[in-house]
Amino acid sequence: MQPDKLVYMANQIATFFKSQPGDDGAERIAAHLRDFWDPSMRAHLCELAKQDDQVLDENVRKAVALLN
Amino acid sequence: MKDFVIPSDDRDLGTPAREGAPVTLQIDGFEVTVPEGTSVMRAAALAGLSIPKLCATDSVEAFGSCRLCVVEIEGRRGTPASCTTPVAPGMVVHTRNEKLRKLRRGVMELYISDHPLDCLTCAANGDCELQDMAGVVGLRDVRYQAPEGAGLANHFAPRNTSGEANPEWLPKDDSNPYFTYDPAKCIVCSRCVRACEEVQGTFALTIEGRGFDSRVSFGAKSDTALASDCVSCGACVQACPTATLQEKSVIELGTPTRSVITTCAYCGVGCSFKAELNGDELVRMVPYKHGKANRGHSCVKGRFAYGYANHKDRILNPMIRDSIDQPWREVSWEEALSFAAAKMRGIQAEYGRKSVGVITSSRCTNEETYLVQKLTRAVFGNNNTDTCARVCHSPTGYGLGQTFGTSAGTQDFDSVEQADVIMVIGANPHAGHPVFASRMKKRLRAGAKLIVVDPRRTETVQGPHYKAAHHLALRPGTNVAVVTAMAHVIVTEGLMNEDFIRTRCDWDEFQHYAEFVSDPRHSPEASELLTGVPAAELRAAARLFATGGNGAIYYGLGVTEHSQGSTTVMGIANLAMLTGNVGRRGVGVNPLRGQNNVQGSCDMGSFPHELPGYRHVKLPEVRAIFEQAWGVEIDPEPGLRIPNMLDAAVAGQFKGLYCQGEDILQSDPDTKHVAAGLAAMECVIVHDLFLNETANYAHVFLPGSTFLEKDGTFTNAERRINRVRQVMAPRNGYADWEVTQLLANAMGANWRYTHPSQIMDEIALTTPSFAGVDYATLEEKGSVQWPCNDANPEGTPLMHVDGFVRGKGRFIVTEYVATDEKTGPRFPLLLTTGRILSQYNVGAQTRRTDNVVWHDEDLLEIHPHDAEQRGINQGDWVKLASRSGETTLRATLTDRVSPGVVYTTFHHPVTQANVITTDYSDWATNCPEYKVTAVQISPSNGPSEWQEEYQAQAALSRRILPAAE
Repeated sequence: MQPDKLVYMANQIATFFKSQPGDDGAERIAAHLRDFWDPSMRAHLCELAKQDDQVLDENVRKAVALLN
Repeated sequence: MKDFVIPSDDRDLGTPAREGAPVTLQIDGFEVTVPEGTSVMRAAALAGLSIPKLCATDSVEAFGSCRLCVVEIEGRRGTPASCTTPVAPGMVVHTRNEKLRKLRRGVMELYISDHPLDCLTCAANGDCELQDMAGVVGLRDVRYQAPEGAGLANHFAPRNTSGEANPEWLPKDDSNPYFTYDPAKCIVCSRCVRACEEVQGTFALTIEGRGFDSRVSFGAKSDTALASDCVSCGACVQACPTATLQEKSVIELGTPTRSVITTCAYCGVGCSFKAELNGDELVRMVPYKHGKANRGHSCVKGRFAYGYANHKDRILNPMIRDSIDQPWREVSWEEALSFAAAKMRGIQAEYGRKSVGVITSSRCTNEETYLVQKLTRAVFGNNNTDTCARVCHSPTGYGLGQTFGTSAGTQDFDSVEQADVIMVIGANPHAGHPVFASRMKKRLRAGAKLIVVDPRRTETVQGPHYKAAHHLALRPGTNVAVVTAMAHVIVTEGLMNEDFIRTRCDWDEFQHYAEFVSDPRHSPEASELLTGVPAAELRAAARLFATGGNGAIYYGLGVTEHSQGSTTVMGIANLAMLTGNVGRRGVGVNPLRGQNNVQGSCDMGSFPHELPGYRHVKLPEVRAIFEQAWGVEIDPEPGLRIPNMLDAAVAGQFKGLYCQGEDILQSDPDTKHVAAGLAAMECVIVHDLFLNETANYAHVFLPGSTFLEKDGTFTNAERRINRVRQVMAPRNGYADWEVTQLLANAMGANWRYTHPSQIMDEIALTTPSFAGVDYATLEEKGSVQWPCNDANPEGTPLMHVDGFVRGKGRFIVTEYVATDEKTGPRFPLLLTTGRILSQYNVGAQTRRTDNVVWHDEDLLEIHPHDAEQRGINQGDWVKLASRSGETTLRATLTDRVSPGVVYTTFHHPVTQANVITTDYSDWATNCPEYKVTAVQISPSNGPSEWQEEYQAQAALSRRILPAAE
């Protein structure tokens, strides 16, 4: 899938959870990805997170770590 | 196929029902007990003592003009009209005696003296109340004749015996494509005028002139039915007791002799209809008065636009081809299905189990949808199933699920009759849900207040005898800011319902939420710059909603089809909880669903993360139920959603698709991307009535059946499960559920359903909210609203009555995030899209009916100011361009849209509005952001290059080789 689209979608999710009270943003992003993203999309996102040139939200990076 | 007779009373009781304390009276010696306020006429009819009548019908209030229904009441003078006389305790009524007989015969004689006696050749022969009443009152003679030497004194003879024209005679008006108005047959009972006012709320009809000159007229004297305000809902035709207003189909085909109750296959209102037939020839569709969604009303689509079922474009034979540049080859069902099965299995063998998927149809029945998701889960072995709800109400599923615990709309449609303040957000029921709109307008005319949140001044904002108290014409894309600002006003001004919040909601979360919305940056004054909504207007609207009595919210795709669609849905739920407007009649959060069965398709597990009944595939106890029922192992991971399928296809990972009854190429955003995705697949199976746009990229075409040709159920926006009944055999040979079963079996499944009722039994067995649903129950009750199970054997008209489904209602913080789809120097205007009354969705059905007389092309609405700047005049061709693509269409100048905003519909594939829309989508559900696209408009002199290429490709792709002999 187009990397920029996956990154954009993941960052959108992060933006929502950032607005929510509590400091469990990364956990909630990870849960959302687990619930709604097909495993191949999650795997692709994990790959992308390893690349430094992707503009991934900090919480998405943390969430990706939780996905593994 | 059997005629279905609901064992309830289908007679016309003369005047509407009333609610009130019981009153007992005596009619012709029989004791009758009815609610206070009931008319004597209705009381008599309920007792089986029907009183002759002409101007009364139970869909409209009594009028008392024909004087045929006169009765005698002991202790009262004269002979009052029974339709306008309310019952009283102890009243003694006589409906039959010599005096009344004489009076009625006299009245009838006068009526008939001005009515043609061509009954045998009249279209209403056998279905005419005037004829019936002449019989009932025993009319045997008409003594009135024109005086010798004087002119003709009637309205029905075009000429006198000398050949002179009769100035009183008016020609038939057959301008409307579906019905005629023949003034010669009119008895001026005014039923049509009152139906147009009371039932439909359009006020298109009037009585012109006085006395003998009184005529029914469509607006001004010179107007025809088509040129008038008439919306062709059919209410007047339904109310007319004679052949004056008559369906053209009855004139052509004759009076129907049998009827079957079924459910309309257009919008999410889900109106019940009587399909009236001769043999298997459909003569007309008549709204069913006991239909609980529509209460006897209809719109132009359901009532009249069914001709697509017999349109010449309909494909009746299966077809296949190896590649999309080849013409189609007509083949047998066996060959088509084994071709499709071999292709799909081949793809799975080469690219993996997850390389194929399905799209279920929100136009097909629950049973059919259930089988399609079962096909992918049990036969393909993955969860790659999605439905068009993805692109409409998926944010409702997520948003209401998070706040209330279920995505279900909270009310039934009857509830609107108790609403005091109705807030309509991002919806135009006048065009999209017309029968609900009529019911809402009736309530508004009775005094309820209306708040509309919409960038356009839609037809819903103002109508005859009502006007929105507040129209918040926000900038597209700022819903969250508006809804949050309303909450700000309610919380900071202390207008919330604290009792409700404390007892029904999570108080800690409310504290967070109250702190969040109270921040001055959420005040209407602060958000005005973003939203364009004047702060004072927004404050007034918020105060009205919080303090005006029962507050009901109805919303549509203007809420969901945004990058923040899910967030707005949560904001709406917050507003309802803040004001305590959940859990009783007249209130609630009501998503207006787009398609007839979009509710059902979601209920049936069409989403890739959920099994039927909204239960996540990750839950082992839920999978176990289906694994046991189906004898297969179910993938515990969510599958691909429609946009993900297309992305994966472009990336070469997704290769095969079975798409039932949905035209993703026309309806989904960013057409070029959809086309690229479809073109990258190796096997696209389209199962549809017509060679739709998606079929241009298909390898297998399986002909579909219409809703008239199969049994099943649809679930409407009220969660009401209504029966769809077969009225004729499938013209293509198989109902759609049979086709899915044949495909599954060609791929090695061993399904043995012989009737959709067996599929419903399987749904009930596996899905707790449907546990009490079976066809016998539906026959008995007519319809039920889920949940229907041991806890709610009668179904559930209102949700969250004693507590939210999830326990405590959750307030969720709704931070506004501007969409990245922004205007700039290249694309300075915002495009938003919507529907028109006469056309439905991608138009595949309605474009193939006479509804095209109202709307034969998509138009671009543009504000005169923006048009002038660009040198665009009314009716000019313009180029509409976004970063995704460009198209051309004609412009219409109107101040319904604000400066900076343009609007169009997406009913016609020639325009392909979705070539313009982008791939931005809702953060939670990937629901596309159809409602905001930055565009530029410029004058044009013809179709865009893309349109020409598209037409050429479509023409090439639609070639069909003559069948081999």
